[in-house]
Amino acid sequence: MTELIPALSDSEIAAIDAEIAHVPYRSAVAIDALKIVQAHRGWVSDESLRAIARHLEMSAEELDGVATFYNLIFRQPVGDRVILLCNSVTCWIKGCDKVQAAITENLGIGLGETTADNAFTLLPVTCLGACDRAPVMMVGDDLHQDLDPAEIEKALSGEPNRD
Amino acid sequence: MPKIRIDNQEYEVPEGANLLESCLSAGLDLPYFCWHPAMGSVGACRQCAVVQYQNEEDTRGRIVMGCMTPVTEGAIFSLTGDKASGFRQAVIESLMLNHPHDCAVCAEGGECHLQDMTVMVGHRDRRYRGLKKTHRNQYLGPLVHHEMNRCITCYRCTRYYRDYAGGTDLAAMASHDHVFFGRHDEGTLQSEFAGNLVEVCPTGVFTDKTLVGQYTRKWDLQSAPSVCVGCAVGCNTVPGERYGKVKRVHNRFNAEVNGYFLCDRGRYGSGYVNSDTRLPYPGMRGAEGRFTALNHHDALAEFERLTVGRRVAGIGSPRASVEANFLLRSLVGSDSFAPGVSEQEQPSLQRATALMRSTPARVPSLADIESADAILVLGDDVTHTAPRVALALRQSVRNRAYELAADMKLQPWQDAAIRNLAQEQRSPLVSVTPGSTRLDDVAERTLHLAPGEIAEFAFAVAAALSGGDSAGNPEAAAVAQMLRDARRPLIIAGTSLCEEALLDGAAAVAGALVSREADGTRAPMLSLVVPEANSLGQALLCGDDAPDLATLTARAEAGEIETLIVLENDLYRRGTGEEIDRLLDAVTTVIVLDGMDSATCSRADLVLPAASAIESEGTVVSMEGRAQRYYPVFVPGDERHSSLYWLLCCLKAADHKHFVDINHVDEVIAACASAVPALAGIVDAAPGGSYRSHGVRIPRQPHRYSGRTAMRANISVHEPKQPQDEESPLAYSMEGLNRDEPGSLLPFVWSPGWNSNQSLHKFQDEVGGALSGGTAGARLIEAAGPTTVPEAATPSSIDAATLELIPRPAIFGSDELSARSAGVRDLMPDAYLELSVADAKTLGVEAGDGVVLGGSDTAFEVRIDPSLRRGCVAYAPGLNGCIGLVPRSGVSLSMAPDWKRRDADLIARDGQEGSLS
Repeated sequence: MTELIPALSDSEIAAIDAEIAHVPYRSAVAIDALKIVQAHRGWVSDESLRAIARHLEMSAEELDGVATFYNLIFRQPVGDRVILLCNSVTCWIKGCDKVQAAITENLGIGLGETTADNAFTLLPVTCLGACDRAPVMMVGDDLHQDLDPAEIEKALSGEPNRD
Repeated sequence: MPKIRIDNQEYEVPEGANLLESCLSAGLDLPYFCWHPAMGSVGACRQCAVVQYQNEEDTRGRIVMGCMTPVTEGAIFSLTGDKASGFRQAVIESLMLNHPHDCAVCAEGGECHLQDMTVMVGHRDRRYRGLKKTHRNQYLGPLVHHEMNRCITCYRCTRYYRDYAGGTDLAAMASHDHVFFGRHDEGTLQSEFAGNLVEVCPTGVFTDKTLVGQYTRKWDLQSAPSVCVGCAVGCNTVPGERYGKVKRVHNRFNAEVNGYFLCDRGRYGSGYVNSDTRLPYPGMRGAEGRFTALNHHDALAEFERLTVGRRVAGIGSPRASVEANFLLRSLVGSDSFAPGVSEQEQPSLQRATALMRSTPARVPSLADIESADAILVLGDDVTHTAPRVALALRQSVRNRAYELAADMKLQPWQDAAIRNLAQEQRSPLVSVTPGSTRLDDVAERTLHLAPGEIAEFAFAVAAALSGGDSAGNPEAAAVAQMLRDARRPLIIAGTSLCEEALLDGAAAVAGALVSREADGTRAPMLSLVVPEANSLGQALLCGDDAPDLATLTARAEAGEIETLIVLENDLYRRGTGEEIDRLLDAVTTVIVLDGMDSATCSRADLVLPAASAIESEGTVVSMEGRAQRYYPVFVPGDERHSSLYWLLCCLKAADHKHFVDINHVDEVIAACASAVPALAGIVDAAPGGSYRSHGVRIPRQPHRYSGRTAMRANISVHEPKQPQDEESPLAYSMEGLNRDEPGSLLPFVWSPGWNSNQSLHKFQDEVGGALSGGTAGARLIEAAGPTTVPEAATPSSIDAATLELIPRPAIFGSDELSARSAGVRDLMPDAYLELSVADAKTLGVEAGDGVVLGGSDTAFEVRIDPSLRRGCVAYAPGLNGCIGLVPRSGVSLSMAPDWKRRDADLIARDGQEGSLS
């Protein structure tokens, strides 16, 4: 139960403490702290979560309630780049199913799965706010719009697609 | 009071109420889930939807949530219209999408609020054909069973556990249909009030684990009004029995005492009644030292032979009823009757009793405690010594929030809004104890002092309140100011530290607050925690002159005692082994009346098996001075009889002049009330045995009690006659009416359409208010007139260089009876000694090491409590290994030779669980 190795790095702690300086209660930075750790590690493990909770003087339950509420705080390991494929109504009308099939064909993973080389994780998302350019998805930090199932490889290759 | 119209009928409703509670109070059935009378409204479940109309002309109306809608003069609502009822039906249908419909194998079945509400809205056929969401359940410890699939996400559990009870290890996880209520990882729920989840959850997500293993439906349980004997708070309970076993304990509402909630010692502490260490038959020790079982006539004959005409002394018990103690005292004479508490405790108990009777402050009920707006806790960790008080204090610190809400014109039931408004603002609670307590998370300030220092601190506060010079003690001055600023200041102290000066100090603070009082706007309260269910009754019975155990020992050694009768007491928990051995060695005959085998039984010549509090009638006096009566839930098996019965038989055989004509419990109660002026009020604790509800006795069995004729069919196909109850107004029967009786006689709650405990509101005039038949119990102590305030006393102190043994009771383990109950027993830690960091350093020990007490060879595991006052060595009385330790004695410690450390991970986990407070 007690982690012998510190589960938070010095830089993580410094970044969290910088946030704490702005709020009245330590627990108020719960979301920021989770995002900081996720930015450093890609996801938030149970050990990290307990370490953050201790640092914020919260119980692990209180923090886990926050962490699991947000589906972009990853409580399981994800690939190097996360594909967030919108399957909400506009994208659905505009054929997101075909996009998803193309991704699956290309990478061999379905929704919620990670490629064997740990490069990609594919997740559905409910809206990316770009309905006028549907279907859309994000790969890592990049938004890809007007997706064409035939050219999905281009989006996945990391080439910018910001037109 | 505003008048509103519901479905063309006019109702007068309480000012400031919400529509849901108004409907329920008016007797209308409006379904709900998330609302709870003790927790208010959040509007989460959408089940109590009704239609509200703007005015007479409005024919369409709009849907509003009953629990979130304040009632206003002239408002027009419809409950039964298609729009409202159709909406409610749709809500429940959607709530039920993922529900497994496993009622047949669910421990909630038959008393399930979800079942009741589903039937109430008329949702019958399932239309959903999709997959149901399934969850993995968690192990939550030995008390609460988790079955997450049944959840309808009303959020009542976390609102109770976190918001109401201050627990931190249960949370709502995830969102939409993944929502999961549980812990971060599996493990025992850390709140001492977790068991209330069983009653708070409207369905079967949280059920009573000790019941699940020996399951009986509510409709098959026989119940009677009872009082918890786990501590001195006197919470009202409803134990349920089937096949001669106590199956479970539910809360019995009492507006002045426990309200809707119990602690886990109370809920799970009755398993001792089923224990295999219960004594079934009387036993007489033969010449060869073995016990021979006797039938009850022979046992009585022996009892009489060994008692009548001999020099007899008696030791009573603070866990036995007033009546049983009174009879034993009458049998042996008041000069030869010891109350049966330790030498260290007896003066504190007598002092506390005297102070309660003389203080001009109010000795508060739990409801009063919840109304306090500034609290000073002196000495006790009340979560462990009087647990339900701690839950009440968690509500009193919220009075600041209600003040802020009133300024904003928010009603108290606007739960989410008020919590949001107040955030971390609380009414002040200052805790002055030897080390950290479970209430520290809501305390404004904590001070860690030795018992004598706490007493000095209290007198310093009193001096500051009386205008004395407090320059030397700014902390005391600050506390005095806090109390001075409050309208309902509350001082809590207790006997657990065996420090009389501390009690005096508490009374001095309360007295000083009263004497400052001029305009009647302030109502100071003084609550003194005593240890056991009838400690206060015992002190009132015995008075100040009762001999203590040492006195009895001296008299026994002088040959003045031939026969010693011990009533429901294991003397080895009341002194050191040597002291008790000396007493028992010095008398010729030892007679023990008790329910369970004990070290004292092993020294007895005659043992008479006593019925437990759940199998007998009696009165106990709570720490509030409230006399409350408990009734037998079932007839005890084998040759067990109440102590009252055994003693009354003996008194009659002895031709005792006051008892020859006494045959009935009521007559014993009356005799006690007239013989002991301080107990005169016990007659009013509950109606006598001749009370009838609607002309008949009150049934212990619900109208759906099944299988009565077949219950013993495996033994004999001939159905025995139902037992007759000649003593109480209750019957071992389904016949009769459970309606309108006084609160002290309420055997269970059940109302047509309301099979769950939520039917309670049908027994209240106003939802959340007192029971229609009246609140159970009679207060024996009311505030005295102005009296002398205790002078600053010299606290007992020992050489500063010595370590002092400080009792720090544990909710699970320090109480003798509950410690023998499944569940509670599993949560009892092994014996340990807690040291301050400085003392541990001096001794050269670390957490997990072993130490021995000077003069003994018992080894204890060391725990280090950084908050503990230097010089204090804390132990939990009652734990195996801690029995016989003398509270407040000076001790020397040394490293235990041959000590084997426990697994390091286990020690770390203990530490972590402790730190969750």
